[in-house]
Amino acid sequence: MQRNHNHTKICIVEKVIDETPTVRTLIFSDDVMSAVLPGQFAMVWIPGINELPMSVMISQESGKAAFTVRRHGSASTGLFNVQVGQQIGVRGPYGNSFNLKQGKLLLVGGGTGLVPMMRLLTFVKPSDDVTILIGAKSKNEVFFEDLANTLLKNNPHRVIVTTDDGTHGEKGFVTNMVEKLVNENHFDGVYTCGPEIMMYKTVQLAHSKGLFVQASLERMMKCGVGICGSCCVGEDLVCKDGTVFDGDHLLSNKEFGHFHRNKAGILENY
Amino acid sequence: MSQLLYSKLRISFKVEPSLVTSIGKIQLERPVMLASGILGISLDVFNRLYRSGAGAVVSKSLSTEPWDGYPNPTIFSVNGGGWINAVGLSNPGAPNFAKMIESNKDVPIIVSLVGSIPEDFEMMVKQFKNCKVTAYELNLSCPHVAKVGLEVGDDPELVKKIVSTMKNSTDVPVIAKVGLGTTHYLNTVNAAIDSGIDAITAINTIRAMAIDVETQRPILSNKFGGLSGTPIKPIALRCVYEISSKYNIPIIGCGGISTWEDAVEFILAGSSAIQLGSTIGDNWMHVFNDINQGILQYMKRKGYSKIDEMIGLAKKS
Repeated sequence: MQRNHNHTKICIVEKVIDETPTVRTLIFSDDVMSAVLPGQFAMVWIPGINELPMSVMISQESGKAAFTVRRHGSASTGLFNVQVGQQIGVRGPYGNSFNLKQGKLLLVGGGTGLVPMMRLLTFVKPSDDVTILIGAKSKNEVFFEDLANTLLKNNPHRVIVTTDDGTHGEKGFVTNMVEKLVNENHFDGVYTCGPEIMMYKTVQLAHSKGLFVQASLERMMKCGVGICGSCCVGEDLVCKDGTVFDGDHLLSNKEFGHFHRNKAGILENY
Repeated sequence: MSQLLYSKLRISFKVEPSLVTSIGKIQLERPVMLASGILGISLDVFNRLYRSGAGAVVSKSLSTEPWDGYPNPTIFSVNGGGWINAVGLSNPGAPNFAKMIESNKDVPIIVSLVGSIPEDFEMMVKQFKNCKVTAYELNLSCPHVAKVGLEVGDDPELVKKIVSTMKNSTDVPVIAKVGLGTTHYLNTVNAAIDSGIDAITAINTIRAMAIDVETQRPILSNKFGGLSGTPIKPIALRCVYEISSKYNIPIIGCGGISTWEDAVEFILAGSSAIQLGSTIGDNWMHVFNDINQGILQYMKRKGYSKIDEMIGLAKKS
Protein backbone atom coordinates (compact mmCIF):
# COMPACT_ATOMS: atom_id res chain seq x y z
CA MET A 1 0.00 0.00 0.00
CA GLN A 2 1.29 3.43 -0.89
CA ARG A 3 2.17 5.50 2.14
CA ASN A 4 0.05 8.54 3.00
CA HIS A 5 2.63 11.31 2.95
CA ASN A 6 0.78 13.22 5.69
CA HIS A 7 1.29 10.40 8.18
CA THR A 8 4.33 10.70 10.40
CA LYS A 9 6.79 7.85 9.78
CA ILE A 10 9.13 7.05 12.64
CA CYS A 11 12.74 6.69 11.48
CA ILE A 12 15.90 5.85 13.43
CA VAL A 13 18.94 8.06 13.06
CA GLU A 14 21.74 5.78 11.86
CA LYS A 15 24.66 8.13 11.58
CA VAL A 16 25.54 11.68 12.65
CA ILE A 17 28.15 13.77 10.84
CA ASP A 18 29.55 16.98 12.33
CA GLU A 19 29.81 19.38 9.37
CA THR A 20 30.91 22.40 11.47
CA PRO A 21 30.75 23.14 15.21
CA THR A 22 27.11 24.23 14.77
CA VAL A 23 25.92 22.12 11.81
CA ARG A 24 25.22 18.38 11.79
CA THR A 25 23.88 15.89 9.25
CA LEU A 26 21.64 13.09 10.54
CA ILE A 27 21.29 10.08 8.22
CA PHE A 28 18.33 7.68 8.25
CA SER A 29 16.77 5.06 5.95
CA ASP A 30 13.61 5.98 4.06
CA ASP A 31 12.81 5.31 0.41
CA VAL A 32 10.31 8.17 0.11
CA MET A 33 12.64 10.79 1.56
CA SER A 34 15.63 9.52 -0.43
CA ALA A 35 13.72 10.26 -3.65
CA VAL A 36 12.40 13.79 -3.01
CA LEU A 37 12.94 16.58 -5.50
CA PRO A 38 15.26 19.55 -4.83
CA GLY A 39 13.28 22.24 -3.01
CA GLN A 40 10.86 19.84 -1.33
CA PHE A 41 10.80 19.59 2.44
CA ALA A 42 9.68 17.32 5.26
CA MET A 43 8.15 18.13 8.63
CA VAL A 44 10.48 16.55 11.16
CA TRP A 45 9.24 15.60 14.62
CA ILE A 46 11.66 15.40 17.52
CA PRO A 47 9.45 13.53 20.01
CA GLY A 48 8.84 15.54 23.16
CA ILE A 49 10.56 18.63 21.76
CA ASN A 50 9.12 20.12 18.58
CA GLU A 51 8.50 19.66 14.86
CA LEU A 52 10.14 21.74 12.17
CA PRO A 53 10.33 22.01 8.37
CA MET A 54 13.58 20.67 6.91
CA SER A 55 14.89 20.47 3.37
CA VAL A 56 15.82 16.84 2.71
CA MET A 57 19.56 16.22 2.35
CA ILE A 58 20.94 13.59 0.00
CA SER A 59 22.80 10.52 1.16
CA GLN A 60 25.45 8.74 -0.87
CA GLU A 61 23.77 5.41 -0.08
CA SER A 62 20.60 4.39 -1.88
CA GLY A 63 17.39 4.31 0.14
CA LYS A 64 18.80 6.76 2.66
CA ALA A 65 18.21 10.44 3.27
CA ALA A 66 19.41 13.01 5.77
CA PHE A 67 18.70 16.29 7.48
CA THR A 68 21.41 18.89 7.81
CA VAL A 69 20.57 21.18 10.71
CA ARG A 70 22.15 24.29 12.18
CA ARG A 71 21.79 24.65 15.95
CA HIS A 72 19.76 27.83 16.37
CA GLY A 73 16.41 27.89 18.23
CA SER A 74 14.96 25.28 20.57
CA ALA A 75 13.55 23.10 17.78
CA SER A 76 16.68 23.05 15.62
CA THR A 77 18.88 22.53 18.70
CA GLY A 78 16.61 19.61 19.63
CA LEU A 79 17.22 18.06 16.22
CA PHE A 80 20.96 18.88 16.36
CA ASN A 81 21.22 16.95 19.63
CA VAL A 82 19.57 13.77 18.33
CA GLN A 83 21.97 10.80 18.78
CA VAL A 84 22.50 7.68 16.71
CA GLY A 85 19.71 5.18 17.51
CA GLN A 86 17.17 7.85 18.49
CA GLN A 87 13.77 8.11 16.77
CA ILE A 88 12.52 11.03 14.72
CA GLY A 89 9.17 11.38 12.94
CA VAL A 90 9.04 12.40 9.28
CA ARG A 91 6.05 13.48 7.18
CA GLY A 92 6.01 14.74 3.63
CA PRO A 93 7.53 15.43 1.19
CA TYR A 94 5.78 18.76 0.72
CA GLY A 95 6.22 21.62 -1.72
CA ASN A 96 7.36 22.05 -5.31
CA SER A 97 10.85 21.87 -6.77
CA PHE A 98 13.28 23.76 -8.98
CA ASN A 99 12.73 23.98 -12.71
CA LEU A 100 16.14 22.77 -13.80
CA LYS A 101 17.37 24.24 -17.08
CA GLN A 102 20.20 22.82 -19.17
CA GLY A 103 23.45 24.47 -20.18
CA LYS A 104 25.33 26.93 -18.02
CA LEU A 105 24.00 26.90 -14.47
CA LEU A 106 24.75 29.02 -11.41
CA LEU A 107 23.86 27.78 -7.92
CA VAL A 108 24.15 30.09 -4.91
CA GLY A 109 23.86 28.62 -1.43
CA GLY A 110 24.43 29.88 2.08
CA GLY A 111 24.48 27.79 5.27
CA THR A 112 21.94 24.98 5.37
CA GLY A 113 20.45 26.54 2.21
CA LEU A 114 23.09 24.40 0.51
CA VAL A 115 20.98 21.30 1.18
CA PRO A 116 18.58 21.71 -1.78
CA MET A 117 21.54 22.89 -3.90
CA MET A 118 23.35 19.56 -3.25
CA ARG A 119 20.21 17.65 -4.24
CA LEU A 120 19.89 19.83 -7.35
CA LEU A 121 23.46 18.80 -8.30
CA THR A 122 22.32 15.17 -8.44
CA PHE A 123 19.87 16.13 -11.22
CA VAL A 124 22.22 18.02 -13.58
CA LYS A 125 23.07 16.52 -16.97
CA PRO A 126 26.72 15.57 -17.67
CA SER A 127 26.86 18.24 -20.37
CA ASP A 128 25.80 21.04 -17.99
CA ASP A 129 28.47 23.58 -17.03
CA VAL A 130 27.84 24.19 -13.34
CA THR A 131 29.16 26.93 -11.07
CA ILE A 132 28.25 26.67 -7.41
CA LEU A 133 28.88 29.48 -4.93
CA ILE A 134 29.12 28.59 -1.26
CA GLY A 135 28.84 31.57 1.08
CA ALA A 136 29.92 31.53 4.73
CA LYS A 137 31.01 34.01 7.38
CA SER A 138 34.26 32.27 8.19
CA LYS A 139 36.40 29.18 7.41
CA ASN A 140 34.98 27.09 10.29
CA GLU A 141 31.44 27.51 8.90
CA VAL A 142 32.21 26.18 5.41
CA PHE A 143 30.75 22.77 4.60
CA PHE A 144 29.75 20.70 1.53
CA GLU A 145 32.69 22.08 -0.53
CA ASP A 146 34.21 18.61 -1.05
CA LEU A 147 30.77 17.08 -1.60
CA ALA A 148 30.00 19.61 -4.35
CA ASN A 149 33.28 18.77 -6.11
CA THR A 150 32.51 15.04 -5.84
CA LEU A 151 28.97 15.42 -7.17
CA LEU A 152 30.22 17.49 -10.11
CA LYS A 153 33.28 15.37 -10.98
CA ASN A 154 31.82 14.42 -14.37
CA ASN A 155 30.79 17.97 -15.28
CA PRO A 156 32.64 21.06 -16.39
CA HIS A 157 32.38 22.90 -13.07
CA ARG A 158 33.63 25.43 -10.55
CA VAL A 159 33.05 25.36 -6.79
CA ILE A 160 33.71 28.84 -5.40
CA VAL A 161 33.70 29.48 -1.66
CA THR A 162 33.46 33.00 -0.28
CA THR A 163 33.94 33.94 3.36
CA ASP A 164 33.04 37.33 4.80
CA ASP A 165 36.37 37.48 6.67
CA GLY A 166 38.51 35.98 3.91
CA THR A 167 39.73 33.01 6.03
CA HIS A 168 38.85 30.58 3.23
CA GLY A 169 38.27 31.00 -0.49
CA GLU A 170 37.45 34.44 -1.83
CA LYS A 171 37.00 37.28 0.65
CA GLY A 172 33.65 39.09 0.68
CA PHE A 173 29.93 38.47 0.53
CA VAL A 174 28.74 35.72 -1.77
CA THR A 175 26.46 38.22 -3.52
CA ASN A 176 29.53 40.25 -4.62
CA MET A 177 30.68 37.12 -6.43
CA VAL A 178 27.19 36.65 -7.92
CA GLU A 179 27.37 40.20 -9.29
CA LYS A 180 30.79 39.56 -10.85
CA LEU A 181 29.68 36.27 -12.40
CA VAL A 182 26.40 37.49 -13.90
CA ASN A 183 28.18 40.56 -15.29
CA GLU A 184 30.78 38.41 -17.06
CA ASN A 185 28.71 35.36 -18.06
CA HIS A 186 25.39 34.27 -19.42
CA PHE A 187 23.65 31.58 -17.35
CA ASP A 188 20.72 29.48 -18.53
CA GLY A 189 19.49 29.07 -14.97
CA VAL A 190 20.30 30.60 -11.57
CA TYR A 191 19.18 28.80 -8.37
CA THR A 192 19.52 29.99 -4.82
CA CYS A 193 18.73 28.98 -1.26
CA GLY A 194 19.98 30.46 1.99
CA PRO A 195 19.61 33.63 4.04
CA GLU A 196 16.79 35.75 2.59
CA ILE A 197 18.90 38.87 2.00
CA MET A 198 21.38 36.75 0.03
CA MET A 199 18.55 35.30 -2.05
CA TYR A 200 16.97 38.73 -2.55
CA LYS A 201 20.20 40.21 -3.90
CA THR A 202 20.89 37.15 -6.04
CA VAL A 203 17.41 37.28 -7.56
CA GLN A 204 17.72 41.02 -8.19
CA LEU A 205 21.14 40.67 -9.85
CA ALA A 206 20.14 37.71 -12.05
CA HIS A 207 16.80 39.24 -12.95
CA SER A 208 18.45 42.55 -13.93
CA LYS A 209 20.45 40.59 -16.51
CA GLY A 210 17.33 38.88 -17.81
CA LEU A 211 18.41 35.48 -16.45
CA PHE A 212 16.00 32.74 -15.36
CA VAL A 213 16.30 32.65 -11.57
CA GLN A 214 14.54 30.71 -8.82
CA ALA A 215 14.80 30.80 -5.02
CA SER A 216 13.68 28.34 -2.35
CA LEU A 217 12.21 30.27 0.59
CA GLU A 218 12.15 29.48 4.28
CA ARG A 219 9.44 30.61 6.70
CA MET A 220 8.19 29.63 10.14
CA MET A 221 5.81 26.72 9.61
CA LYS A 222 3.29 25.03 11.85
CA CYS A 223 1.24 22.68 9.67
CA GLY A 224 3.25 22.43 6.43
CA VAL A 225 0.09 21.57 4.49
CA GLY A 226 -1.61 24.89 3.62
CA ILE A 227 -3.95 25.20 6.59
CA CYS A 228 -2.39 27.35 9.31
CA GLY A 229 -1.14 30.21 7.14
CA SER A 230 2.01 30.79 9.22
CA CYS A 231 4.34 30.66 6.21
CA CYS A 232 2.64 33.30 4.09
CA VAL A 233 4.80 35.75 2.14
CA GLY A 234 2.47 38.38 0.73
CA GLU A 235 -0.23 36.31 -0.94
CA ASP A 236 1.96 33.21 -1.33
CA LEU A 237 2.17 30.26 1.04
CA VAL A 238 5.67 28.78 1.11
CA CYS A 239 4.43 25.28 2.01
CA LYS A 240 1.91 24.98 -0.86
CA ASP A 241 2.95 27.50 -3.53
CA GLY A 242 6.68 27.00 -2.87
CA THR A 243 9.18 26.47 -1.50
CA VAL A 244 10.53 27.41 -4.95
CA PHE A 245 9.39 30.62 -6.63
CA ASP A 246 10.40 32.31 -9.89
CA GLY A 247 12.46 35.45 -9.48
CA ASP A 248 10.08 37.76 -11.35
CA HIS A 249 7.21 36.62 -9.13
CA LEU A 250 9.29 37.15 -5.99
CA LEU A 251 10.34 40.66 -7.00
CA SER A 252 6.67 41.63 -7.27
CA ASN A 253 6.08 40.36 -3.71
CA LYS A 254 6.50 43.24 -1.28
CA GLU A 255 7.44 40.99 1.67
CA PHE A 256 10.23 38.99 -0.04
CA GLY A 257 13.64 40.20 1.16
CA HIS A 258 12.12 42.54 3.72
CA PHE A 259 9.77 40.83 6.15
CA HIS A 260 8.96 37.52 7.74
CA ARG A 261 6.23 36.68 10.26
CA ASN A 262 6.77 35.60 13.86
CA LYS A 263 4.81 32.86 15.67
CA ALA A 264 1.90 35.24 16.30
CA GLY A 265 1.82 36.17 12.60
CA ILE A 266 3.19 39.69 13.07
CA LEU A 267 5.49 41.03 10.34
CA GLU A 268 9.09 41.53 11.43
CA ASN A 269 11.96 43.07 9.48
CA TYR A 270 14.89 40.98 8.32
CA MET B 1 -25.66 45.83 -32.33
CA SER B 2 -25.34 46.95 -28.73
CA GLN B 3 -29.09 46.56 -28.34
CA LEU B 4 -28.85 43.01 -29.59
CA LEU B 5 -26.05 42.27 -27.10
CA TYR B 6 -28.02 43.81 -24.29
CA SER B 7 -31.07 41.73 -25.01
CA LYS B 8 -28.94 38.59 -25.16
CA LEU B 9 -27.40 39.45 -21.80
CA ARG B 10 -30.81 39.91 -20.27
CA ILE B 11 -31.89 36.53 -21.44
CA SER B 12 -28.79 34.86 -20.02
CA PHE B 13 -29.26 36.61 -16.66
CA LYS B 14 -32.76 35.23 -16.44
CA VAL B 15 -31.73 31.60 -16.73
CA GLU B 16 -28.51 31.87 -14.70
CA PRO B 17 -29.06 31.03 -11.02
CA SER B 18 -27.50 33.36 -8.47
CA LEU B 19 -25.14 32.39 -5.65
CA VAL B 20 -26.03 35.50 -3.64
CA THR B 21 -27.06 34.58 -0.12
CA SER B 22 -28.24 36.40 2.98
CA ILE B 23 -27.27 35.41 6.50
CA GLY B 24 -29.75 37.69 8.25
CA LYS B 25 -28.48 41.21 7.54
CA ILE B 26 -25.24 39.93 6.00
CA GLN B 27 -25.41 39.67 2.23
CA LEU B 28 -22.71 37.73 0.38
CA GLU B 29 -22.11 37.29 -3.35
CA ARG B 30 -21.28 33.62 -2.78
CA PRO B 31 -22.23 31.20 0.02
CA VAL B 32 -18.83 29.54 0.44
CA MET B 33 -16.62 31.17 3.07
CA LEU B 34 -13.19 30.59 4.61
CA ALA B 35 -13.50 29.16 8.14
CA SER B 36 -11.71 30.76 11.05
CA GLY B 37 -8.21 29.56 11.90
CA ILE B 38 -7.30 28.76 8.31
CA LEU B 39 -4.76 30.94 6.43
CA GLY B 40 -6.22 34.03 8.08
CA ILE B 41 -3.33 36.36 8.96
CA SER B 42 -2.50 38.36 5.82
CA LEU B 43 -4.68 40.77 3.86
CA ASP B 44 -2.90 39.70 0.66
CA VAL B 45 -3.99 36.11 1.27
CA PHE B 46 -7.56 37.32 1.99
CA ASN B 47 -7.60 39.06 -1.38
CA ARG B 48 -6.35 35.91 -3.09
CA LEU B 49 -9.03 33.80 -1.37
CA TYR B 50 -11.69 36.27 -2.45
CA ARG B 51 -10.43 36.12 -6.04
CA SER B 52 -10.49 32.30 -5.72
CA GLY B 53 -14.21 32.34 -5.03
CA ALA B 54 -14.63 32.80 -1.27
CA GLY B 55 -17.79 34.81 -0.54
CA ALA B 56 -16.22 36.00 2.71
CA VAL B 57 -13.17 35.22 4.79
CA VAL B 58 -13.21 34.69 8.54
CA SER B 59 -10.01 35.80 10.27
CA LYS B 60 -8.08 33.73 12.76
CA SER B 61 -9.60 34.22 16.19
CA LEU B 62 -8.11 37.40 17.58
CA SER B 63 -7.31 38.03 21.21
CA THR B 64 -6.62 41.30 23.02
CA GLU B 65 -2.85 40.58 22.87
CA PRO B 66 -0.73 38.67 20.32
CA TRP B 67 -0.53 34.92 21.01
CA ASP B 68 2.26 32.62 19.78
CA GLY B 69 0.14 29.46 20.04
CA TYR B 70 1.55 26.07 21.00
CA PRO B 71 4.90 24.58 19.97
CA ASN B 72 4.83 22.05 17.11
CA PRO B 73 3.57 19.45 16.41
CA THR B 74 0.35 21.39 16.11
CA ILE B 75 -1.36 19.20 13.52
CA PHE B 76 -1.80 15.49 12.92
CA SER B 77 -3.26 13.67 9.90
CA VAL B 78 -5.75 11.02 11.02
CA ASN B 79 -5.53 7.60 9.38
CA GLY B 80 -8.72 7.33 7.33
CA GLY B 81 -9.23 11.08 6.96
CA GLY B 82 -9.37 14.32 8.87
CA TRP B 83 -6.93 16.32 10.96
CA ILE B 84 -6.41 16.95 14.64
CA ASN B 85 -4.95 20.38 15.34
CA ALA B 86 -3.87 22.30 18.38
CA VAL B 87 -2.36 25.42 16.88
CA GLY B 88 -3.37 27.19 20.08
CA LEU B 89 -5.13 30.21 18.58
CA SER B 90 -1.91 31.88 17.48
CA ASN B 91 -2.80 35.36 16.25
CA PRO B 92 -1.28 38.84 15.98
CA GLY B 93 -3.79 40.35 18.44
CA ALA B 94 -6.79 42.47 17.56
CA PRO B 95 -4.93 45.85 17.48
CA ASN B 96 -2.24 44.62 15.03
CA PHE B 97 -4.80 42.81 12.88
CA ALA B 98 -7.08 45.87 12.72
CA LYS B 99 -4.19 48.00 11.48
CA MET B 100 -3.46 45.44 8.77
CA ILE B 101 -7.01 45.40 7.39
CA GLU B 102 -7.55 49.17 7.48
CA SER B 103 -6.66 49.31 3.78
CA ASN B 104 -9.16 46.58 2.87
CA LYS B 105 -11.69 47.74 0.29
CA ASP B 106 -12.93 44.66 -1.51
CA VAL B 107 -12.97 41.60 0.71
CA PRO B 108 -15.92 40.80 3.00
CA ILE B 109 -13.96 40.10 6.20
CA ILE B 110 -15.63 38.48 9.19
CA VAL B 111 -13.51 39.15 12.25
CA SER B 112 -13.33 36.20 14.67
CA LEU B 113 -12.81 37.17 18.31
CA VAL B 114 -11.77 35.05 21.27
CA GLY B 115 -11.72 36.12 24.91
CA SER B 116 -12.68 35.18 28.46
CA ILE B 117 -14.79 38.11 29.67
CA PRO B 118 -17.14 40.67 28.06
CA GLU B 119 -14.52 43.41 28.52
CA ASP B 120 -12.08 41.54 26.23
CA PHE B 121 -14.62 41.68 23.41
CA GLU B 122 -15.55 45.31 24.09
CA MET B 123 -11.88 46.33 23.89
CA MET B 124 -11.34 44.38 20.65
CA VAL B 125 -14.38 45.76 18.81
CA LYS B 126 -13.08 49.30 19.43
CA GLN B 127 -9.91 48.48 17.47
CA PHE B 128 -11.92 48.05 14.26
CA LYS B 129 -13.58 51.48 14.08
CA ASN B 130 -11.63 52.38 10.91
CA CYS B 131 -12.07 48.99 9.23
CA LYS B 132 -14.57 47.53 6.82
CA VAL B 133 -15.90 44.59 8.85
CA THR B 134 -18.75 42.50 7.43
CA ALA B 135 -19.50 40.76 10.74
CA TYR B 136 -17.92 39.54 13.97
CA GLU B 137 -17.81 35.83 14.76
CA LEU B 138 -17.45 34.95 18.45
CA ASN B 139 -15.29 31.88 19.01
CA LEU B 140 -17.26 30.06 21.73
CA SER B 141 -15.98 26.65 20.68
CA CYS B 142 -12.20 26.22 20.25
CA PRO B 143 -11.61 22.91 22.12
CA HIS B 144 -7.91 23.19 22.98
CA VAL B 145 -7.18 26.48 24.80
CA ALA B 146 -8.00 27.07 28.48
CA LYS B 147 -10.40 29.79 29.66
CA VAL B 148 -11.57 30.76 26.15
CA GLY B 149 -13.46 29.19 23.26
CA LEU B 150 -15.36 26.09 24.33
CA GLU B 151 -14.90 26.84 28.05
CA VAL B 152 -16.79 30.09 27.45
CA GLY B 153 -19.37 28.39 25.21
CA ASP B 154 -20.00 25.82 27.96
CA ASP B 155 -21.17 28.64 30.26
CA PRO B 156 -24.48 29.95 28.82
CA GLU B 157 -24.67 32.79 31.39
CA LEU B 158 -21.26 34.07 30.30
CA VAL B 159 -22.31 33.69 26.65
CA LYS B 160 -25.32 35.92 27.34
CA LYS B 161 -23.10 38.62 28.88
CA ILE B 162 -20.61 38.51 26.01
CA VAL B 163 -23.27 38.60 23.29
CA SER B 164 -25.08 41.49 25.02
CA THR B 165 -21.83 43.41 25.34
CA MET B 166 -21.07 42.83 21.66
CA LYS B 167 -24.54 43.94 20.58
CA ASN B 168 -24.16 47.13 22.67
CA SER B 169 -20.70 47.80 21.24
CA THR B 170 -21.35 47.55 17.51
CA ASP B 171 -23.97 47.81 14.80
CA VAL B 172 -22.12 45.21 12.73
CA PRO B 173 -23.84 41.77 12.78
CA VAL B 174 -22.54 39.34 15.41
CA ILE B 175 -22.30 35.58 14.82
CA ALA B 176 -21.70 32.94 17.51
CA LYS B 177 -19.62 29.91 16.54
CA VAL B 178 -20.65 26.96 18.68
CA GLY B 179 -19.18 23.52 19.21
CA LEU B 180 -19.59 20.30 21.14
CA GLY B 181 -18.49 20.77 24.75
CA THR B 182 -19.70 19.64 28.15
CA THR B 183 -22.87 21.79 28.04
CA HIS B 184 -25.42 20.82 25.39
CA TYR B 185 -24.60 23.08 22.46
CA LEU B 186 -28.29 23.97 22.00
CA ASN B 187 -28.16 25.65 25.42
CA THR B 188 -25.34 27.81 24.14
CA VAL B 189 -27.28 28.55 20.95
CA ASN B 190 -30.31 29.41 23.06
CA ALA B 191 -28.31 31.81 25.29
CA ALA B 192 -26.85 33.56 22.25
CA ILE B 193 -30.27 33.94 20.61
CA ASP B 194 -31.77 35.29 23.87
CA SER B 195 -29.10 38.00 23.88
CA GLY B 196 -29.73 39.08 20.31
CA ILE B 197 -27.17 37.15 18.25
CA ASP B 198 -27.59 37.66 14.48
CA ALA B 199 -26.47 34.20 13.31
CA ILE B 200 -24.92 30.90 14.43
CA THR B 201 -21.91 29.11 12.93
CA ALA B 202 -22.00 25.36 13.66
CA ILE B 203 -19.71 23.62 14.41
CA ASN B 204 -16.06 23.91 15.52
CA THR B 205 -13.54 21.07 15.69
CA ILE B 206 -14.23 18.28 18.21
CA ARG B 207 -11.80 17.60 21.07
CA ALA B 208 -9.56 14.68 20.16
CA MET B 209 -6.05 13.26 20.42
CA ALA B 210 -3.49 10.98 18.75
CA ILE B 211 -0.77 8.75 20.24
CA ASP B 212 2.30 7.50 18.40
CA VAL B 213 2.76 3.78 19.09
CA GLU B 214 6.50 3.72 18.37
CA THR B 215 7.46 6.51 20.74
CA GLN B 216 4.41 5.83 22.97
CA ARG B 217 3.48 9.46 23.55
CA PRO B 218 0.78 11.91 22.42
CA ILE B 219 1.84 13.51 19.13
CA LEU B 220 0.49 17.04 19.57
CA SER B 221 2.54 19.21 21.93
CA ASN B 222 -0.73 20.14 23.66
CA LYS B 223 -1.75 16.45 23.78
CA PHE B 224 -5.37 17.37 22.95
CA GLY B 225 -6.54 19.11 19.80
CA GLY B 226 -9.63 19.49 17.66
CA LEU B 227 -10.73 16.96 15.03
CA SER B 228 -11.73 18.48 11.70
CA GLY B 229 -12.34 17.32 8.15
CA THR B 230 -14.56 14.66 6.62
CA PRO B 231 -15.00 12.55 9.81
CA ILE B 232 -16.97 15.34 11.51
CA LYS B 233 -19.18 16.28 8.55
CA PRO B 234 -22.17 14.08 9.48
CA ILE B 235 -22.05 15.41 13.06
CA ALA B 236 -21.91 19.04 11.91
CA LEU B 237 -24.77 18.40 9.49
CA ARG B 238 -26.88 16.93 12.30
CA CYS B 239 -26.22 20.03 14.45
CA VAL B 240 -27.24 22.42 11.65
CA TYR B 241 -30.42 20.41 11.10
CA GLU B 242 -31.21 20.45 14.84
CA ILE B 243 -30.61 24.19 15.21
CA SER B 244 -32.66 25.06 12.14
CA SER B 245 -35.47 22.78 13.31
CA LYS B 246 -35.65 24.41 16.71
CA TYR B 247 -34.82 28.08 16.11
CA ASN B 248 -35.52 30.76 13.55
CA ILE B 249 -31.93 31.95 13.25
CA PRO B 250 -29.62 32.17 10.20
CA ILE B 251 -27.00 29.39 10.27
CA ILE B 252 -23.55 29.06 8.72
CA GLY B 253 -22.62 25.39 8.34
CA CYS B 254 -19.05 24.33 9.07
CA GLY B 255 -17.35 20.99 9.56
CA GLY B 256 -15.75 18.66 7.04
CA ILE B 257 -17.24 20.19 3.90
CA SER B 258 -15.08 19.36 0.90
CA THR B 259 -17.39 18.97 -2.13
CA TRP B 260 -20.37 20.78 -3.64
CA GLU B 261 -22.57 17.88 -2.55
CA ASP B 262 -21.49 18.48 1.06
CA ALA B 263 -22.26 22.19 0.66
CA VAL B 264 -25.71 21.49 -0.77
CA GLU B 265 -26.40 19.03 2.06
CA PHE B 266 -25.71 21.77 4.61
CA ILE B 267 -27.93 24.23 2.73
CA LEU B 268 -30.74 21.67 2.61
CA ALA B 269 -30.27 21.13 6.36
CA GLY B 270 -30.80 24.83 6.99
CA SER B 271 -27.52 26.71 6.35
CA SER B 272 -27.57 30.05 4.56
CA ALA B 273 -23.83 29.78 3.91
CA ILE B 274 -21.02 27.31 4.56
CA GLN B 275 -17.38 27.51 5.65
CA LEU B 276 -14.37 25.57 4.40
CA GLY B 277 -11.32 24.66 6.46
CA SER B 278 -9.41 21.38 6.29
CA THR B 279 -10.25 20.74 2.64
CA ILE B 280 -8.13 23.73 1.65
CA GLY B 281 -5.03 21.81 2.76
CA ASP B 282 -5.98 18.89 0.51
CA ASN B 283 -7.47 20.73 -2.46
CA TRP B 284 -5.94 24.20 -2.18
CA MET B 285 -7.72 27.44 -3.00
CA HIS B 286 -9.52 26.40 -6.16
CA VAL B 287 -11.85 24.34 -3.96
CA PHE B 288 -13.88 27.56 -3.45
CA ASN B 289 -14.58 27.94 -7.13
CA ASP B 290 -15.10 24.19 -7.59
CA ILE B 291 -17.82 24.18 -4.93
CA ASN B 292 -19.42 27.40 -6.21
CA GLN B 293 -19.63 25.93 -9.70
CA GLY B 294 -21.00 22.65 -8.37
CA ILE B 295 -23.75 24.46 -6.47
CA LEU B 296 -24.59 26.48 -9.60
CA GLN B 297 -24.86 23.35 -11.75
CA TYR B 298 -27.07 21.72 -9.13
CA MET B 299 -29.32 24.81 -9.04
CA LYS B 300 -29.61 24.78 -12.84
CA ARG B 301 -30.42 21.09 -12.89
CA LYS B 302 -33.02 21.43 -10.15
CA GLY B 303 -34.44 24.72 -11.42
CA TYR B 304 -33.55 27.00 -8.50
CA SER B 305 -32.67 30.64 -9.13
CA LYS B 306 -31.65 31.62 -5.59
CA ILE B 307 -29.86 29.92 -2.67
CA ASP B 308 -32.70 31.04 -0.44
CA GLU B 309 -35.10 28.68 -2.22
CA MET B 310 -33.08 25.66 -1.05
CA ILE B 311 -32.34 26.52 2.59
CA GLY B 312 -33.79 23.89 4.95
CA LEU B 313 -35.62 21.93 2.23
CA ALA B 314 -34.60 18.61 3.81
CA LYS B 315 -36.85 19.41 6.76
CA LYS B 316 -40.01 19.15 4.64
CA SER B 317 -40.35 15.39 5.02
